Amino acid sequence: MNTVADPLRAPVATRLPVADDFPILARPVHGRRLVYLDNGATTQKPTAVIEAEARFYRESNANIHRGVHWLSQHATELYDAARATVQRFIGAARADEIIFTRGTTEAINLVANTWGRKQLTAGDEILITTLEHHSNIVPWQMLCEQTGAVLKVAPVNEIGEVELDGFDALLSPRTRLVAITHISNALGTVNPVAEMVAHAHAVGAVVLVDGAQAVAHQAVDMQALGCDFYAFSGHKLYGPTGIGVLYGRAELLADMPPWQGGGDMIRTVSFERSTYAEAPQRFEAGTPNIAGAVALGAAIDYVQALGMDRIVAHEHALLEHATAALSAIPGLRMIGTAAHKAGILSFMIEHIHPHDLGTILDSEGVAIRAGHHCAMPLMTRFGIPGTARASLAVYNDDTDIAALVTAIEKAQTLFGTRKKP
Amino acid sequence: MSAMDGNLRELYQEVIFDHNRQPRNFHDMPEADHHADGHNPLCGDQLTVYLRINNDVIEDVSFVGHGCAISTASASLMTEAVKGKTVAEVEALFKDFHALLTDTPPERDFGKLAVLTGVREFPARVKCATLAWHTLHNALIGDHDPARTE
Repeated sequence: MNTVADPLRAPVATRLPVADDFPILARPVHGRRLVYLDNGATTQKPTAVIEAEARFYRESNANIHRGVHWLSQHATELYDAARATVQRFIGAARADEIIFTRGTTEAINLVANTWGRKQLTAGDEILITTLEHHSNIVPWQMLCEQTGAVLKVAPVNEIGEVELDGFDALLSPRTRLVAITHISNALGTVNPVAEMVAHAHAVGAVVLVDGAQAVAHQAVDMQALGCDFYAFSGHKLYGPTGIGVLYGRAELLADMPPWQGGGDMIRTVSFERSTYAEAPQRFEAGTPNIAGAVALGAAIDYVQALGMDRIVAHEHALLEHATAALSAIPGLRMIGTAAHKAGILSFMIEHIHPHDLGTILDSEGVAIRAGHHCAMPLMTRFGIPGTARASLAVYNDDTDIAALVTAIEKAQTLFGTRKKP
Repeated sequence: MSAMDGNLRELYQEVIFDHNRQPRNFHDMPEADHHADGHNPLCGDQLTVYLRINNDVIEDVSFVGHGCAISTASASLMTEAVKGKTVAEVEALFKDFHALLTDTPPERDFGKLAVLTGVREFPARVKCATLAWHTLHNALIGDHDPARTE
């Protein structure tokens, strides 16, 4: 990559007029302006989302699907409307293909415990990639222990890409499930998911996509991707924590046994036998996170009002700008330079451990993630204990990148390792 | 200089940088009679502490591994502090050192270990400064499960 000696001459970043929508960005940290670059962990929430959740409790709170009273019906309508909002947002064919979960992790565990336990037997194979987050590794390891299935892992190359040749080489008629991330949380690599799905389907495998890092940063369409399951979290999409989504194709959901038993997921119950509701209720036992679902709907409305095309263009320009500005720092090494990347910058600074860097950046008000990013096998692949990671969102701009660069230089000065570019 | 900058300089003192760049007693020890592994899964910090104990006195101590500047410097300073002490003295020092970072420390001379007092202002980093000590403790009591501070 060409490095740019003067960060000011780095590609021009754009700005979206959204900072005022996020009240937390006005609070100082350690007496400094908060520069929030930990969006891969969770995004901040716009007033529209905070208000939607508060308004639900102020004006609409009741349990759903069970009251004959007006408020219960009102709450049920809001919950169902949120489901329809999610359906349209990800291009699902039907609203009953949308299951509300606590988040991506629970969505993946749901598939492992229902579809996986029913379908897999000894000798079947599950194919994942080296890029995966622990939440798309460990549930499959647990399923393999329970069923005797075997976990296979597609390699990544030096720049953090899963090459299709290496992926295809591990596909076979034994492959029953392919579980892949859409965008790597640690490196920002965007996988060619539609192609991988087509190749997996060609050998008869079912495909689950971990979309936790994708839904807030690019348009996601179930029909275009062709996947069978898609999992994501609300809180990385400007929504609240504790709410997420599992999309599942209707034919697959219809054949899946329930996971958790309880209220709302049954049709009839007697002490001899219970029968189960259809999807999605079959997979939503107990009182769900109603206010969270409603607020997730508000988050999607916020993103769509802003416009996914604008978000993609802004974050792409900012990624280019930030990549050039960081690459100009002597002693900085980028980890993960895939040709197709989302707004995640993972890097190492010579002689400064990521945790020391994280503490020093924090003292400047700059919030980043330092460590293995719940992707220990990927760190092992690169022979590193972890990285420092800056991850972008709609409210970040070039002033945030300038603050990041200044803070890194401060760390190098403190450690006595700063070199002039 | 802001209060935070002051805290940062208290944390990253020259002695810390010195011990991070050139850790003391940083080697394995084939003749060790005690050893234990330490691991902070959330950080990825990893180290092994080796001991040679004779008549209840720590005759030799060393470590290998990798971690942040605080964890490496703390391990290095620890090896210097415990060499020549009895097992009981070392366990008491660990208790007092832990209090120095997290609680009300007793009146005592901490020697060079006092440079780690700055960690008090950074609760997220206490685990970095204590990993080596937890590992040393496990080596002394013969616990072969990796020590963790998380």
